Amino acid sequence: NHPDEDSTTAATGKMVAAGSKTAKVAKGPRWYPAEDEPSKKKAVVVKQNEVNTGNRKKKGYCTDNQIKISNTQFYHPQPTKIRASITPGTVLILLAGRFRGKRVVCLKALESGLLLVSGPYKVNGVPIRRVNQAYVIATSTKIDVSKVDVSSITDAYFARDKSSEEEEFFAGDEPKKAVVSDQRKKDQEKVDAALIKSIDSVPLMKNYLKSKFSLGNNDKPHEMVF
Amino acid sequence: MGKGEPAKLYVNGAILGYKRGLRNQYNHTSLIKIKGVDSKEDTEFYLGKRVAYITKVTATDKYGSRFRVNWGRVCRAHGSNGVVRCKFRRDLPPQSIGGRVRVMLYPSTV
Repeated sequence: NHPDEDSTTAATGKMVAAGSKTAKVAKGPRWYPAEDEPSKKKAVVVKQNEVNTGNRKKKGYCTDNQIKISNTQFYHPQPTKIRASITPGTVLILLAGRFRGKRVVCLKALESGLLLVSGPYKVNGVPIRRVNQAYVIATSTKIDVSKVDVSSITDAYFARDKSSEEEEFFAGDEPKKAVVSDQRKKDQEKVDAALIKSIDSVPLMKNYLKSKFSLGNNDKPHEMVF
Repeated sequence: MGKGEPAKLYVNGAILGYKRGLRNQYNHTSLIKIKGVDSKEDTEFYLGKRVAYITKVTATDKYGSRFRVNWGRVCRAHGSNGVVRCKFRRDLPPQSIGGRVRVMLYPSTV
């Protein structure tokens, strides 16, 4: 959407031969802002002719004034939209990964757009973990997680340890053994303590979370209500 | 559903062949019949879902597995009776016609 300086069509629509003496005729920009006055926050004015700034407020033709506005002003990254069916406390079915089939409690949505989830660990072996909403089915079952405090757990909590590249290179191709830090174990205990209280208050909820979801031979997921 | 049994989180599908007219066939798109899906409305759930064509091979990969997967996605319905068009990373081999495919439940929109 940049006014094309090499365009040979003048503002009045007259075709002008390129290279001719009259080629540089006043031409309007290809893009006209929707608002009369571009809002100060949004417009990133990259280049502006100093001549004739008085024309700026005129809707329509800006004759000598060529404002180049970069396209990146239109890009505003938004937080990932989490499905309406997924709220803190929803029981989710994990569809892929190590814990596929397990029913798990959603604790919150992280800034990266991933969901923070916990088994709880004592119930079905799923620790505090992140999961993408695309790999999850949200059931209509909800657990009260208002008493569970996960405010300290963010995406940075799950960042990998940065060992030097050389070390990793020499270590070879074998999968490394997972070591669970004590910090994680402590946090797991803390989160699960409150969670398990809520779960115990609902009859059969613990058994429900222990069980795995599996499709039977004649099951039709497109007809299921989760 | 025993304690240690793996969960089945896919729907079986059969490979019917390639997208084709009578005399021309387009190998880049395969037709899949998903079990239990018999109308165009039913296919809506499966659009975008990933599809796995699994083969067994003698050589093991670095994790010791002999199974190889050719991943694909359900693109759109084909006709009005629940058949579905899929595109795979590598076109399905013609030997696979009549064979089995797994339609996974992800990416999920439920």
